[in-house]
Amino acid sequence: MALLQISEPGQSEAPHQHRLAAGIDLGTTNSLVATVRSGVADTLPDAQGRHLLPSVVHYRREGPPLVGWEALERATTHPLDTIASVKRLMGRGVEDLKNLADRLPWEFVDTDSAVPRIRTSAGEVSPVEISAEILKVLRRRAEESLGGELTGVVITVPAYFDDAQRQATKDAARLAGLNVLRLLNEPTAAAVAYGLDRAEEGVIAVYDLGGGTFDISILRLEKGVFHVLSTAGDTALGGDDMDRLIAAWIMEQAGIPDDAGHHQLRRLMRDARAAKEALTGAGEVPLAIELEDGSTWHGTLDRERLNTLIDPLIRKTLSPCRRALRDAGVSAEEIREVVMVGGSTRVPRVREKVGEFFGRPPLVEIDPDKVVAIGAALQADLLAGNRPDGEMLLLDVTPLSLGIETMGGLVEKIIPRNTTIPVARAQEFTTYKDGQTAMTIHVLQGEREMVSDCRSLARFTLRGIPPMVAGAPRIRVTYQVDADGLLSVTAREQTSGVEASIEVKPSYGLEDAEVERMLRESLEHAEEDLEARRLREQQVEADRVLEALDAALAEDGERFLPADEREAVEAARARLAELRDGDDPQAIKRAIEALEAACAGFVERRMNARIQEAMTGHTVDEFE
Amino acid sequence: MSAETNHFALFGLEPRFAIDLDELTRRYRDLQQAVHPDRYASASDAERRLSMQRSVALNEALQVLRDPLRRARHLLALRGLEWEDEYETRMDPAFLMQQMEWREALGGAREAADPLEVTGRILDEVSAERRRIIARLGELLDGEGAPEEAKGLILQLQFLGKLIQEAEALEAELEEI
Repeated sequence: MALLQISEPGQSEAPHQHRLAAGIDLGTTNSLVATVRSGVADTLPDAQGRHLLPSVVHYRREGPPLVGWEALERATTHPLDTIASVKRLMGRGVEDLKNLADRLPWEFVDTDSAVPRIRTSAGEVSPVEISAEILKVLRRRAEESLGGELTGVVITVPAYFDDAQRQATKDAARLAGLNVLRLLNEPTAAAVAYGLDRAEEGVIAVYDLGGGTFDISILRLEKGVFHVLSTAGDTALGGDDMDRLIAAWIMEQAGIPDDAGHHQLRRLMRDARAAKEALTGAGEVPLAIELEDGSTWHGTLDRERLNTLIDPLIRKTLSPCRRALRDAGVSAEEIREVVMVGGSTRVPRVREKVGEFFGRPPLVEIDPDKVVAIGAALQADLLAGNRPDGEMLLLDVTPLSLGIETMGGLVEKIIPRNTTIPVARAQEFTTYKDGQTAMTIHVLQGEREMVSDCRSLARFTLRGIPPMVAGAPRIRVTYQVDADGLLSVTAREQTSGVEASIEVKPSYGLEDAEVERMLRESLEHAEEDLEARRLREQQVEADRVLEALDAALAEDGERFLPADEREAVEAARARLAELRDGDDPQAIKRAIEALEAACAGFVERRMNARIQEAMTGHTVDEFE
Repeated sequence: MSAETNHFALFGLEPRFAIDLDELTRRYRDLQQAVHPDRYASASDAERRLSMQRSVALNEALQVLRDPLRRARHLLALRGLEWEDEYETRMDPAFLMQQMEWREALGGAREAADPLEVTGRILDEVSAERRRIIARLGELLDGEGAPEEAKGLILQLQFLGKLIQEAEALEAELEEI
């Protein structure tokens, strides 16, 4: 689904129009949107001048949900209808949440579906839908500020996000009507924001301690190419945990029982956070805690006590740092810069300890809350094609190993962690029983050897294998991870010529049908209906294809499109241009496919020419 | 891996074991700049698919060429010598003995007075042996030939690679304590 600016029939677009693109940092605690204007990237404020949008959604019986500050205000009074830190739930299955459940105040619906749902006054909602509400607000903010529809966005995700979590993020964007140009790792975005791509060469570390996630990434950069060498982290560790530790300390000091009510706990978390923030500047901070009996407890928290409370947490971030260095094959001394990201890196103790670990003071000049969104905006601008001279290229790696279940409950790794993406790897398997006609493929993610210790992403069955003796069929299983880090798996029986292949989505992602249903529900009160939206999507897609083709033809048509093919391409192009103004989305879709088929030879020759060009800078020592 | 994909040709390099890794990396970057999917974010689906395929092929080729073991195996494959590891059980007895000694030492590392000293020593020894084998492989593959001897060395390298991995995992575990 692409959202291009559509020109009305008869009006033609200027050929090199500036495309509106934005970078979105969809954070655990706060979210931001940034764009590049006049060459400068900055975050966009709301009407009240606030840049941060709290990642909080409040559902009501009547009317649309409230998002951001208004929702945050209701967190204490309506805890069950107010969802915060939903990023922690993205791509998680019901099973995963059992471990978290005692820390989450919401009512989860008992369901057979793998996707958890939360019961609110406005009905049951899934994490994807909640995130989509946040994205819609950011989209509106960007479009109002820029005065037009967004071509596409870059959304950042923690480098450590697994496939299901990335897929869920993309689903949320789709629900919000956004075209995702790229999911970008947050640390990479931060490095881009600091303009470290302009540095000559070197290895940098990005230490990202946000509200709910910790990431460490080791990047190598050289001549405009960022290469993520390794990433490590913890998807459930962050500033929220600091607040929790402080709140627990206050409870102990003030004699508040563990089974205090939702309201009291929420207020405590708020007070804990305020105390932590105040201690960034001050040496000590007075506490006045309202107790349930109406009285007030007074106390003091000083920086030394805070440091003692949070030191174990900071230590917990250093062991992934060691792991990431080891995976990257570099030592702490080789790190040239350390970039600090995330509000929690404002805590002086964190800066101190990280500086100690890497042996140099970290970079803190850009607001650590905004730095990721700014980097995402720069990348969005580049991907939307607004900087034709842009030389920056980001090469990412898989954060976790991807494997398959084999005999005895063991996992065989097919794509190891920290492999540069995009990547495709195939492995052959066979049957173990005579006459076996089906085989179950279980896709897993993680570093451990046992299936039970890894995360199950998907399970599917390949049927229709012709009956043969055990060991005779050759079943080729291919794992493919695209540039966004999303996995697809196909299985095919090779020997018989009979082919069966299947594509899977992660178990905790949403089925296309589910997204479709949510789209339909979200549009119930909107003006356009689903059919109209589908037509519009296809028209936008047709415009994109036509625009891309025309640009390619103008550039290389003479060189790479011989006369005999030209006729077919022009016929297919004319057919698409005609159907595009009709009202049949299926027909447009078929015409797009036909045009792309007609262009196959042209596209291939063009790509080969670019490869040739890329090689001309080098001495060719090929075969004599 | 099949013999028809020549990973060297992708980079315009002659198929040799001796390789300039910096030059390989430069060529890889320039080629990725030309074909990476990010360059085709608003191109047609067909072009994006092709870009993805080419980008995948480059990543795969880089992985193979950067690793001495995989590079050597690829060279032999290009020369028509391929095999399945599970049918290759014949090993030099002296090499196997040495393996067992290292494994025993590694198994007892935890109980040693200074476990990290033990893992460190084993890693040094195994790495030295690995370097020696790689140097010999270079002589064979870029010189006279003797593919069967090269194959034997590759199998030994695989053993050593696993041993190094286990030693490093143990070292990491000991460091965390």
